[in-house]
Amino acid sequence: MVSAFKKALQSGKFVVTSEVAPPKGTNLEKMKHHIEVLRDKVDAMNVTDHQGSVMRYPSLGGAILVKEMGGEPVLQMTCRDRNRLALQADLLFAHSRGINNVLCLTGDSAVLGDHKEAKEVFDLESCQLLAAIRLMEKGRDLGGNALEGPISFCAGAIVTPEANPIEPQLIKFEKKIEAGAEFIQTQAVYDLDNFKSFMDYASQFPVKILAGIILLTSAPMARFMNKNVAGVHVPQELIDEIASAPKGRALEKGIEIAGRMIRRILDEKMCAGVHIMAIGKEEVVPDIMSAAGLL
Amino acid sequence: MIRSITRPKPEEEIDRLLEGLGRVFIIGCGTCTTLTRTGGEPEVKAMRSTLTGKGKMVTGDVVLPVACDNLTSEALKEYGDQIRLADVLLILSCAFGAQTIARQGKKMVVPAVDTLFVGKETAVGLFDEICTQCGTCIIGETGGICPVTSCHKGMVNGPCGGTNNGKCEIDPEKDCAWTRIYNRLKDLNRLEAMRKYQKPRNHRAEPMPGKWTLAGR
Repeated sequence: MVSAFKKALQSGKFVVTSEVAPPKGTNLEKMKHHIEVLRDKVDAMNVTDHQGSVMRYPSLGGAILVKEMGGEPVLQMTCRDRNRLALQADLLFAHSRGINNVLCLTGDSAVLGDHKEAKEVFDLESCQLLAAIRLMEKGRDLGGNALEGPISFCAGAIVTPEANPIEPQLIKFEKKIEAGAEFIQTQAVYDLDNFKSFMDYASQFPVKILAGIILLTSAPMARFMNKNVAGVHVPQELIDEIASAPKGRALEKGIEIAGRMIRRILDEKMCAGVHIMAIGKEEVVPDIMSAAGLL
Repeated sequence: MIRSITRPKPEEEIDRLLEGLGRVFIIGCGTCTTLTRTGGEPEVKAMRSTLTGKGKMVTGDVVLPVACDNLTSEALKEYGDQIRLADVLLILSCAFGAQTIARQGKKMVVPAVDTLFVGKETAVGLFDEICTQCGTCIIGETGGICPVTSCHKGMVNGPCGGTNNGKCEIDPEKDCAWTRIYNRLKDLNRLEAMRKYQKPRNHRAEPMPGKWTLAGR
């Protein structure tokens, strides 16, 4: 079955995805609220998988919740916590519950999270998980055994267009596409002229690119990302712009900036759409979309 | 030369392991722990003085030439009386030596160091792991740099998204293995090697625990 997200990607429309993060614990109310806010606005929402290596309610459980609430989930799967048996089993389970979109990630190191002494698995890595999905779709598992019943996914991966050095990332990007990635959500981009150069290169490949937009909420947050998040570079003029917002209005300014960037990506037809990450402030995603003229 | 790299256990842990054991014989090693300054002559002397200060009776000490060698049993015989007097052998060699010594007699052994990896001293006082002994050597395709060892995630298909300015996401001082591999392959004009899809690794290339028999044995 072709997922609604895949149909949206194929339709040629400007695709918008966003994210919901499962909670630390069993209180799903906030996540449910975010799903309600987003489900009729975006084409799909990623459900993060122990984001930042912080133990949480599982992405698979979150994706089922999105589905139950009438949304279109993209199941994020990292290779950090599960070996190839567990990953394949979870793919079987996901398919059986109508979850047909997967974002394949290698995953952050456990050292960055809240269980620093945990054993990291990395039995597979992103390319290999993508290849495993394509193999399973042909009716075989990684052990070479036949699978009963069909399985299919709209599978994607990520790329960091502003990584330094960029060439090794681009080789990896091409390997991900060869391994079966149909869509790519990028790490946050802020310098759209740089992003355009990336797209000049990337558009030669048969893959739909969704530009990553991380909502800036304050100047310190932007500086923090520059210092701590690999491959994210917020230009000084954007930091100055958000810093210039009157007290208590930085978020509004961040929404305006994100909306303006999305509008430019759309107007200049840079890529297939955007992936909006509002990290904890998912309720303002519709405001960002309005600011971009999408709602 | 390749060495077994060790780090001293915290003093509190050694204290706990020696609780109720009043008489201690201390064994160092003249090879790896001498190189790493964790179990050579100076460290054995220092341990002796520390333990004496804590009211332990040190029945004797020795720095064996190579603690993991088969000759260790012979070397220890010379210290038979002092060892017999002891409640415990405190071992300042790596775990290979400690286990070799443990097989020699009916004495408790307590390691005073943790064995970290097999590696080498790459600069004074700086020890690096060179090979994890995975059993499926890939360096013929990665310019002689091992990603299984040198990449924190052991990735074989290229860098992860956490790499930044040629450094690793877990430590801004640590070089990204895949940036190094990329640079090396580029220098060698062999970047094509990096484009090759590497299938999932065989994690059972050798049994666990490792065992291998030479043909014709």
